[in-house]
Amino acid sequence: MMRRVYMDHAAGMPVDPRVMEAMTPYFTQKYGNPSSLHSWGNEARKTLEDARAKIVALVGAKKPEEVFFTSGGTESNNLAIKGVAYRNKDKGNHIVTTAIEHMSVINSCKSLMKEGFNVTNVPVDKYGVVDIQSLENAITDKTILVSVIYANNEIGTIQPIKQIGEIVHRKGALLHVDAVAAADQVPINVENENIDLMSISSNDMYGPRGAGALYVKTGTRIQPIIHGGGQERGLRSGTENIPAIVGMGKAAEIAKTEMKPEGERLARLRDRLIKGMVESIPSSFLNGHPNQRLPNNANVRFSYIEGESLILSLDMLGVACSSGSACTSKTLEPSHVLLAIGLKHEEAHGSLLFTLGKQNTEEDVDYVVKALPDIVKRLRAISPLTPKELLL
Amino acid sequence: MYSEKVMEHFRNPHNMGEIPDADGVGTVGNPVCGDLMTIYIKVKDNRLEDIKFKTFGCGAAIATSSIITELAKGKTLEEAMKITRGDVADNLGGLPPIKMHCSNLAADGLHAAIQDYLKKREAAQKK
Repeated sequence: MMRRVYMDHAAGMPVDPRVMEAMTPYFTQKYGNPSSLHSWGNEARKTLEDARAKIVALVGAKKPEEVFFTSGGTESNNLAIKGVAYRNKDKGNHIVTTAIEHMSVINSCKSLMKEGFNVTNVPVDKYGVVDIQSLENAITDKTILVSVIYANNEIGTIQPIKQIGEIVHRKGALLHVDAVAAADQVPINVENENIDLMSISSNDMYGPRGAGALYVKTGTRIQPIIHGGGQERGLRSGTENIPAIVGMGKAAEIAKTEMKPEGERLARLRDRLIKGMVESIPSSFLNGHPNQRLPNNANVRFSYIEGESLILSLDMLGVACSSGSACTSKTLEPSHVLLAIGLKHEEAHGSLLFTLGKQNTEEDVDYVVKALPDIVKRLRAISPLTPKELLL
Repeated sequence: MYSEKVMEHFRNPHNMGEIPDADGVGTVGNPVCGDLMTIYIKVKDNRLEDIKFKTFGCGAAIATSSIITELAKGKTLEEAMKITRGDVADNLGGLPPIKMHCSNLAADGLHAAIQDYLKKREAAQKK
């Protein structure tokens, strides 16, 4: 049988069996609503708070009241940005963000622009690190919120959040951090790193889809964007998705315990994969930062060929990964993140994103490293852009 | 996402390569958009005696390039000019809607190559 190698964990990952086991009773046996007064309700309330405590521990919050459950990373980002913007309109109408944010941040900001808010996008350097000076200069007395992705989901670059937080606070604004891609990969402490709001997601840490959380530091002015029965202390109405929240809690607990050894293991695999590809394939280059990057992220570009044909070719050999190519997106535009780090359109088209996960092994990495040179060679032979000397 | 026919042509593209002494060459698309295609033709007695392609692009771009060489080979110039984007997609068992516009360049590439040939012929006759 053909080997199957899944290296697309940023797109989707399995639920950890321990998470699955923890969740299971909450579908058919423990179905109480935390808002109910009877014993079923009491049990559900306790379950909800147990899960919350695990998120508090993962992010280093001071109190459980600082963690609000949502439906996922997208909702957390929407709530943080719109909720802070609406609530602080009296202070200003300006938001600062970066050129490499997730679409849920970009489009939340765009939606606010239609309502009279101004948004400044701060550039990044060729490694994807936010230009600190530009960020500082962008913050005015009208700035209410700065939103920065902790580590980018495509190129994996980790930002100097603590330093950014110092600047943001000195200038009197709030800092929101999108930590969806980073939360189970690198240790984050909201208190130490000057973070006021932080988004995380269950399904990016081996939890189920349908749960996320927003950390909101005590005293931060924010208002709800979803209105209803007043759950989550009024900030996020809607009956709590207890099975998914239980799963997220368990996933956070596992992430906290296993982050260090698993992170080290993944970083070794990542470096082996990057080195293997770049050394065996001419005109191939790493995208993102050489070491300030998520342990599970390898993003490499191959000149003269296009990403979708690379993905199809790898898929034929049982390997799953993603691309920065327009052809793999709904918009037909190449990745805005790859363009932001200064790549030309055709370079962005030829980029592959491998996101490693728990079940990946050294053998998986070696299989990919062995398979890729022939694929690249074949596609380069078909491409009119390939220089003659590369075809020899 | 793609039909088996598209994947077949992607896996084993027909008539891939260049014709160094081509009678006509047509290049369409733009690497900025992710697709660039060059079609080379050899013409004898008003017929496409040989045709080859080189393509930078996605699976659909490579498959459409391959199928157009099959469709056009041996045809008269007039017949070849009548091959449409729709014919290309139909002969591949259909293309995903999003690919119909961006990557279905092969008919344009073929027509450009024939026009290049006709222009060159006209220039030669004037001499």
